[in-house]
Amino acid sequence: MSTIPAVKGVDETQATRRARLPARVIHEWLTTVDHKKIGILYIGYALIFLVIGGIEATLMRIQLAQPNNHLVSPQVFNRLFTMHGTTMIFFVAMPIMFGFGNYLVPIMIGARDMAFPRLNAFSFWVSAMGGVLLYFSYLGGSGLYAAGSAPDVGWFAYAPLTAKVFSPGHSTDYWTLSILLSGVGSIGTALNIVTTTLCMRSPGMKLSRMPLLVWLYLVMGGLVFVTISPLTAAQIMLTLDRYLGAHFFDTQAGGSAVLWMHFFWIFGHPEVYVLILPAFAFMNEIVPVFSRKAIFGYPAMVAASVGIGFISLTVWAHHMFTVGMGAAGNTFFVFATMVISVPTGIKIFNWLATIWGGKVIFATPMLFSVGFLFQFLIAGLTGIILSIAPFDWQLHNTYFVVAHFHYVIVGGILFALFAAFYYWYPKMTGRMMSETIGKWHFVLFIIGFHLTFDFMHIPGLLGMPRQIYTYEADRGWGSWNMIVTIGVIFQAAGILVFVYNLVRSYFAGKVAGPDPWDAWTLEWSTSSPPPDYNFAVLPTVRSRRPLWDLKHPEDPDSDYEL
Amino acid sequence: MSFSIRRQWIVSRADRIPGLRGLAGAVSGAFAFAATARADAPMTLFSPADPQAQSIYGISLFVLAITLGIFIVVAGLLTFVLIRYRQRPGDDNREPAQIYGSNQIELSWTVIPILIVVTLFLTTTRVILGTEAIEKPKGALEVTVIGHQFWWEYHYPKLGIVTANELHVPVSDAQHPTYLEVTSADVTHSFFVPRLAGRMDVIPNRVNEAWIDPPQPGLFLGQCGQYCGTQHAKMLLRVYVQSQSDFDAWVKAQQQPARQDFSSDPAAAEGERVFMHNACMNCHAIAGTAATGRFGPDLTHLASRDTIASGAVPNTPANLRQWIDDPNSLKPGCLMPSMHLDGHDLDTITAYLSQLR
Repeated sequence: MSTIPAVKGVDETQATRRARLPARVIHEWLTTVDHKKIGILYIGYALIFLVIGGIEATLMRIQLAQPNNHLVSPQVFNRLFTMHGTTMIFFVAMPIMFGFGNYLVPIMIGARDMAFPRLNAFSFWVSAMGGVLLYFSYLGGSGLYAAGSAPDVGWFAYAPLTAKVFSPGHSTDYWTLSILLSGVGSIGTALNIVTTTLCMRSPGMKLSRMPLLVWLYLVMGGLVFVTISPLTAAQIMLTLDRYLGAHFFDTQAGGSAVLWMHFFWIFGHPEVYVLILPAFAFMNEIVPVFSRKAIFGYPAMVAASVGIGFISLTVWAHHMFTVGMGAAGNTFFVFATMVISVPTGIKIFNWLATIWGGKVIFATPMLFSVGFLFQFLIAGLTGIILSIAPFDWQLHNTYFVVAHFHYVIVGGILFALFAAFYYWYPKMTGRMMSETIGKWHFVLFIIGFHLTFDFMHIPGLLGMPRQIYTYEADRGWGSWNMIVTIGVIFQAAGILVFVYNLVRSYFAGKVAGPDPWDAWTLEWSTSSPPPDYNFAVLPTVRSRRPLWDLKHPEDPDSDYEL
Repeated sequence: MSFSIRRQWIVSRADRIPGLRGLAGAVSGAFAFAATARADAPMTLFSPADPQAQSIYGISLFVLAITLGIFIVVAGLLTFVLIRYRQRPGDDNREPAQIYGSNQIELSWTVIPILIVVTLFLTTTRVILGTEAIEKPKGALEVTVIGHQFWWEYHYPKLGIVTANELHVPVSDAQHPTYLEVTSADVTHSFFVPRLAGRMDVIPNRVNEAWIDPPQPGLFLGQCGQYCGTQHAKMLLRVYVQSQSDFDAWVKAQQQPARQDFSSDPAAAEGERVFMHNACMNCHAIAGTAATGRFGPDLTHLASRDTIASGAVPNTPANLRQWIDDPNSLKPGCLMPSMHLDGHDLDTITAYLSQLR
């Protein structure tokens, strides 16, 4: 429990839940401009799509468990992998990161709300509409059987497959327009994050005293500005090609397929950094608290985070090593990609040093954080393997790449998200999530994750390409694919247990109080859940851990910080 | 500070999981590595069949060794700290010493990764230059590869041969490799035969160059490596590396126009008439006849191939008949339409095409 001595302004009046008309509650959530509610809306929305995207993945895995399987036709399978990828990136990962950012950034800097609350609400709703539009495509065309008009061009939709002549009908347009909408929402949220961080910190909180989470969201916001623009431009150019006779990517008329690749990957690579930086943010807050030590090397962590942000803009063509850029081009992108491993490694080492000499408490948030540390290490190393361009000429577009990026996104980002859920759920709802159920979630999910994604590397090394609805029986890929599919069962079980924990804890979880983890950042100085105005009185910020200073007045951080 | 809640989080034996995970990772890595060397995986990346693939294999082993080493060290350290510094039961509830950083330590784990990066970069550059930046030897055999949805077209411009789906090349040495100029007629594909070379993307409105130099005869399998539409999965590749004499014999046979004399085979003769009177010739070419369509594979020597439908099914009369009857039954989503021929026409056309060696 917290030991903050008599902090004025911890509002305990929120402890009781008044009974209210359901209609009023729904109206409040539909029209809210409060960053906390919008954050929760984003997170809930993303969880729904996580389950839907997971069902799409499960169908694909069943189809691929054996060679020459007939669960789904090639047409349906191709729609499934397109929808799975598009959903998971644009309608799960982005919204959930924006959701946590919305909730946490203002409250961790002592602000009352985001800088532009109505823009915040608009950004959520327009992104949400993007997802609805994408899924409406299943009902378009000839209807749900054979999957309607859902896009089937792959989540990166290479030209000229997306040209009208090769993709007649509207499936590509659903893809294009839903991403365009989601991009508008992303820019709005990034605008809020950056402005709020730069302009609304509480007195005494210099940039060098911000929690690392806020730093990482600041870099992420800046990265969103730079990365969504080329994506939006590409979608507009594609639509001009398809409907108004432009020929940007129309190779039959002299356009360039490689141009699309450049535009897409200038978006696509920084995009994955947009997703991982908040995962780093969560780790930067959770690992110190559960090691009972300050983060090791805060200035280095800031420098590494900013460095990762900048370097991530220079590596995009490592997705294009096989298009024939020539030795000079390939060599440059090999170098840039390898360089980004240096600040990333620094972060892992700093987390290691944070745990060193500490007192590790293996509560559920820390279990998932430990999973993140090992798995992100492996994911980074397979990334280095892929950065070797000649080896990438073999590995590109095989299941090795699929295993690599799922290792980052599921093994890294999703595990960090689970840690964040267990850590901040008490703050958001006032209740603790169950530790016992949490451990079940962890064990089931990590077994499933490793069964699926460890063994997925092997078909890749045996040459199995991605985005194929079936494969030949004589390639030696069948038994590995079966193991990969079995892991899905455990992951699905883990997710079900997680959802059960979320729901059950809301009604029956132990009351959390303002500071159940004995943590050090500002959000733990207000009640759980916080009042609408967040803080009645702000504690003075004289260091990076204002609550540590309050709890240890004889030994404040401000005496020692580098 | 109260630890009453904290007691339930205290580590139990089951939380040895962190250490086990690191070990399991290393074991599965070794397992994977051993498994990939098997020969019954015809597209394995670990069985290079020519010097180019060999140089890729060499650097792949180098980087795998380095990353395995990094993994063992870092995961080992992680496992150590998590076990050594775990909170034990009966602990005295005091916060541990707060350490905020150390410039020397930061420097060390910045400099060492930089050195590793420099090493990897230099070795990688050498392989890139050795593959992409070398001159085409004058004795190279030139082949033009054109990717289609969902088959491969091959031209040997200096030999006057046009064929499809099964690439024949002679054994090579450094002076006489096979150079492939690759482009696409429609969408982006990728020419991927891992035992012979890294892949090269096959892009419309762009000509890329790749080369292979296999020193030993053999059959090498691959498939299209870039999603290109519905039947991307069945756009398979077969590269037949032949001894020089076998290759010369193949060239001679391919250079001949199609067989025209079916006096001994009335079914085939009738099949030829059915072929020429249907829309087949709009898409297909048979050298020496009126059929000069280029939209589909060249059929001049169809019966000399082991497979049809770009490797999807073996080239037997039964499969051929089924293919012509309804291509979508063998390769759903392919671009060849059913010609709606009756049974008799199907029999005779199959007889005709089966004679085109």
